[in-house]
Amino acid sequence: MIETKDLDPNFKYEVARESGGANIMQCFACGTCTAGCPVRGIDEKYNPRKIIRIVLLGMRDEVLQSDFIWLCSTCYTCYDRCPQDVRLIDIMTALKNIAVKEGYVHPAFREQARLVGTFGRLYEVEDYDNKKRKKLGLPPVKKTFEDVNLIARNSEIKEMIE
Amino acid sequence: MAEVLDLKLTDLEDFACCGFPVKSTDSGASLVMAARNLSIAADRGLDICSLCNACTSVLTEANRELKGNKELRDEVNEELGKIDMEYKPGVKVKHFSRILYEDIGPDAIKERVTKDLGDFSFSIHYGCHYLRPKKIYEGFDNPEDPRTVDELVELTGAKVIDYKNRLQCCGGAILGVEESIALKMAKEKLDNVTTNDVDALITICPFCSIMYEDNQRKIESNFDVEYKLPVLYYPQLLGLAFGLEARKQLGFRLNKVRPEALLKKLEGDE
Repeated sequence: MIETKDLDPNFKYEVARESGGANIMQCFACGTCTAGCPVRGIDEKYNPRKIIRIVLLGMRDEVLQSDFIWLCSTCYTCYDRCPQDVRLIDIMTALKNIAVKEGYVHPAFREQARLVGTFGRLYEVEDYDNKKRKKLGLPPVKKTFEDVNLIARNSEIKEMIE
Repeated sequence: MAEVLDLKLTDLEDFACCGFPVKSTDSGASLVMAARNLSIAADRGLDICSLCNACTSVLTEANRELKGNKELRDEVNEELGKIDMEYKPGVKVKHFSRILYEDIGPDAIKERVTKDLGDFSFSIHYGCHYLRPKKIYEGFDNPEDPRTVDELVELTGAKVIDYKNRLQCCGGAILGVEESIALKMAKEKLDNVTTNDVDALITICPFCSIMYEDNQRKIESNFDVEYKLPVLYYPQLLGLAFGLEARKQLGFRLNKVRPEALLKKLEGDE
């Protein structure tokens, strides 16, 4: 049951101001996004049209604290097919970015941010990796990147890195 | 393999992550990380050849946005200034397969083929970010019915076998978020591909390969199915057609699903 007193009518404007969220109010709920969504095809809890709708309704906490905003596989099928140019992937990014600022980060993405912010790539390179590369005739790769670490320290992911 | 085509590739040791993995947590930081890589390439006067679809799309998108939006460029340059870098336009970003298709061309590549793979059949997984979002790729290939990799496989003489829902996403981006959904996405593809008799699935993105190759055994045990479907990265296939040595030169020792049957068939041909 949705209680109007629990809705935040300004949430849609907040999303529209966030980078990537500008076109959210262009949605006319046709459902082309959901029809072509590969994640929706597997699991009904991820439903792009429904997510847009609950954002427009102003169900701020339900959206930002949800697991489903992290389930977009970024295939861009909805993005390219949307007749209203809503740019749903960018909206999902905007929602996730707002959630992070509010302190809600899915553990998987917290870990990705930690790795990239700390080591400059998605995994920590060990001596063993460079030995293996040498055997294959490949040049060694750097283990850390101080400047990437600095970029991370100046961003929203600063709390997630070592 | 690239050497056969007189392509000179330079490893830039300062290149780091493209930025894609932090886009969900901070899209601004993701853009700065992408711009950092573009700036390093610009300083060396080099264009970028990317081997992963997601890297291709993130770097291409960053290049496009920074070129066209001065306000955004200034913001990014303020951050890059802190590490003594600056974004400079002019660097081209292309996926390796696109370079093969556009800059060398199937006809020219075909001239270097010494081993006809006519006895082989393959299915192709394109991967989403090679084609989408379509606006950043300026008309390269058709995201609803792509052909470029089909042509690149066909030039080896091999047959390309179409299959149900061939554009389905690998699910890799949500593997860490909800593994069961991601694995089900990959399973559907493996089911559809193995409906036909193919020698391997061809990918052009290492991350898609993780889903279909590295996770294949897990999918087999989780869902009680058996595929034993070799997954080849396209340059491995082209290398075979160029007559290069599979294990020593093309990394066939590193494939997680043993491509022994395929290699035996190849040797039997000789």
